[in-house]
Amino acid sequence: MGQPADTTRRQFLGLAGGAAALGAVPVVTLRPVEATPDTLATAIRSVTNGALVRTGKVKLDVPPLVENGNTVPMTVIVTNPMTSADHVKSIHVFNEKNPQPNIGNFYLGPRAGRAQISTRIRLADSQKVVAIARLSDDTFWSATVDVVVTLAACTEEVI
Amino acid sequence: MAAALINVSKTAKRGEIIEIKTLMSHIMETGYRHTATGEVVPRDIITSFVCRYNGTEIFRADLFPAIAANPFITFFTVATESGKFEFEWIGDKGFTETASASIAVE
Repeated sequence: MGQPADTTRRQFLGLAGGAAALGAVPVVTLRPVEATPDTLATAIRSVTNGALVRTGKVKLDVPPLVENGNTVPMTVIVTNPMTSADHVKSIHVFNEKNPQPNIGNFYLGPRAGRAQISTRIRLADSQKVVAIARLSDDTFWSATVDVVVTLAACTEEVI
Repeated sequence: MAAALINVSKTAKRGEIIEIKTLMSHIMETGYRHTATGEVVPRDIITSFVCRYNGTEIFRADLFPAIAANPFITFFTVATESGKFEFEWIGDKGFTETASASIAVE
C-alpha cells in the first residue's frame, strides 16, 4: 500500500523538477530582447528598425519591489559623453505586460550635458521594464529590470 | 489654473549642467479603466512635452498611458546663456498648457 504511493510521489517530484529545469532553460539561454513577448518585441523593432541592441551603457533605476503600480519612480541614466560628435539621441522605455508596450520616448541632444531622465510610471503587473538608448552613431544599448508589483495599476474600477 | 510646477535654479555658471524638474497636474486617464456599469472611460492623457531654451528645443518626450498621473519629468541641460525656458504640454481633448522659467547665467 505504502510502496505505490511512494513511487507516485517520487515520480511526481521527479517530473516537477524536470519541468522546472526545462522551463528555466530558455530564460537562461536566450538574450532578453528575444525572450520577451511579441508586442514588446514589435514595439522595440519599431524604434530600432531591426538594428542590433546591445546590453550595457544604460542604467535603469526602478525599485525591484513596488507596492503601488500606479506611480513607480523611474530613472534612466546613459553613461555616454554628450558632445556634438558623440551623444545620446533618445531614450525609449518599454514594458512587457501593460495593455500597451510603450511607456515613453525621450529625445535629448548634446545640449543636455548629461543623459539622464526621471519620471513616474504605471505598471499593471509584475514584469520586465526595458530601456533602450539610441546614440548619435545609431547604435542601440539597453538595460532590463524585473519589477515585482503588489498592487497593479490601470485595472481598478472607477468609483 | 496654475497647473504646472517647474523647478530650475535661477542662476548658474556658464557651462554648468543643471537639472530641470517639471510637474503638470493631469489625470492621465489610461482608456483601459471601466466604470461600475462596464463602460470604458475614454483615454485622456498628455501625449507630448517639449522644453525650449531661448527658442531652441532641448528636450522632447512622447508620453503614453503608462506614465503616472500628474506627469513628473526631470532632465538636464547645459546653462549656455541667460534667458528663458519654455515648457509646453499637449494632450487629448485639446489639452494644452505652457509654463516658463528664467535663468541668469554668469
